[in-house]
Amino acid sequence: MNDSLYNYLLMIGDNAMILGHRLSELCGHGPNLETDIALTNISLDLFGQTRYYFQYAAELAGDGASEDSVAFLRYPHQYKNVLLVEQPNTDFAFTIVRQFFFDAFHKPFLEQLSDSADKHLAAIAAKSLKEVQYHLSFSSEWVRRLGGGTEESHRRTQRAVEELYPYTGELLRPVPLETEMQQLGIGPDLEQVAGAFEETVTGLMSETALQTEGLSRHQSGGKAGIHSEYLGFILADLQYMQRTYPGMEW
Amino acid sequence: MGIEERDVWQLLEGVYDPEIPVLSVVEMGIVRRVELGAGEVTITITPTYSGCPAMDTIAADIRGALGKTGLSITIKTVLSPAWTTAWLSEAGRNKLNNYGIAPPLTPSGDKKALLMGERVVKCPRCASTQTKMISQFGSTACKALFQCESCLEPFDYFKCI
Repeated sequence: MNDSLYNYLLMIGDNAMILGHRLSELCGHGPNLETDIALTNISLDLFGQTRYYFQYAAELAGDGASEDSVAFLRYPHQYKNVLLVEQPNTDFAFTIVRQFFFDAFHKPFLEQLSDSADKHLAAIAAKSLKEVQYHLSFSSEWVRRLGGGTEESHRRTQRAVEELYPYTGELLRPVPLETEMQQLGIGPDLEQVAGAFEETVTGLMSETALQTEGLSRHQSGGKAGIHSEYLGFILADLQYMQRTYPGMEW
Repeated sequence: MGIEERDVWQLLEGVYDPEIPVLSVVEMGIVRRVELGAGEVTITITPTYSGCPAMDTIAADIRGALGKTGLSITIKTVLSPAWTTAWLSEAGRNKLNNYGIAPPLTPSGDKKALLMGERVVKCPRCASTQTKMISQFGSTACKALFQCESCLEPFDYFKCI
C-alpha cells in the first residue's frame, strides 16, 4: 500500500471531519434559524467531502477497511487534523472566525489540489471547491458584519481573532509528508496557498479594523498527531457508538 | 423482447429527486451514463453536493424503477466532471420555477454574487425582481433562501455551482 498517500488522505479528510463535527454541535443551537441551517449545511458538505477522502483511503488500505473504520477506529494520535479545526465553539464569533480562517486556506488549497497528478484526488477537490466557495462567502460576510458591527460584536470578534490566529500558521507550514506530496505533484505548494490566504485575511481584517499585528502563529502539532485536549473529547463523542457496538450500521 | 438502452432511460425518467419532486434524475443531470450488457445494466450517477443525503435514496429508487426489467443492476458514483447547475435543461428550469423554486441564474451571473456582487433573482410567485437574499443556505445545501419584497413571500433559490 502507498503509505504516504494514505496518510495524506487522512490529513486532508481529518480536517474536514473534525470541523464538520464542531459545526454539527451547533445543530439546533445556532443563534437564529438561518445561521443554524447554514452552519449545519456547511457541516454536511464537509462530512460528504470527508467520505470521499476516507473511501479512497479505505480502498488503498484494503484488508477490510471501510470509510467507517477509517473515520471511527483510530486513536487520537493517529488523527492528523490541524489544531485550528478542533478549537471549541466558544461563542458565535469564535465559530465564525475559525470558519473564516479555515475557508481562507481551504479554497486556495482545493484550487491547487484540483490539478493534482492523482486524478481521484483532483476530482474530489474540484467537486469540493464548488461548495467551499460558498463557505468562504458565508464566513467572510459574517466576519464583516461582526467586525464592523457594534462595539461589542467588534470586541468579541477581536478576542476570537487573538485566540485563533496563532493556529493559522500550521495550515500554511508544510510537514515532511506535504513536501513529499508536493514533489510528487500530488499535493499543493503551500507557499502559494499561503499567498492567497494572506491576501484574503489581510483584506478583510483591515476592512473591519480587526487587528492581527503582533500576534504570533506558533501553534502546531496536529499534523503530527499531537493534539490539544479538545480532540479527545470530540473523539469520545464521535466514536462512542462504533466502540460500543462494533460494526453497527443504520 | 430484449430491453434496449432507451427503455432504461425511459424508466429513469420516472425517478424523481426526492427533494425536488418535479424533476427527474435525468433532467437533473444526476444520471451520467447507462451501459447495458447481457442481463445486466450499469448506471453511473454523480452527486449534486458532496453531503447530499438524497443520493442513497436516489440509488435505491433507481433500483426500484429498474427492478421489473430483471436486469442485474450496478450503480456507480463518479465525481468528475463535477455536477453543475448548467446541466439543468430549459424545461427543467421552467418546472423548478412553476414549483416555486427560483431556477439558477447563469453561472457567470452567480459568480459575480460570490464576489459579493448583487444578483437579480426573480420571485417564482409574482415574478418581481425586488427580492433579497435572507441566507446563503436554505432548506437544502443546493438552495439559498430569498424573500420577495413585492409579495413578501419567502422562496428558495437554486444556487449555481
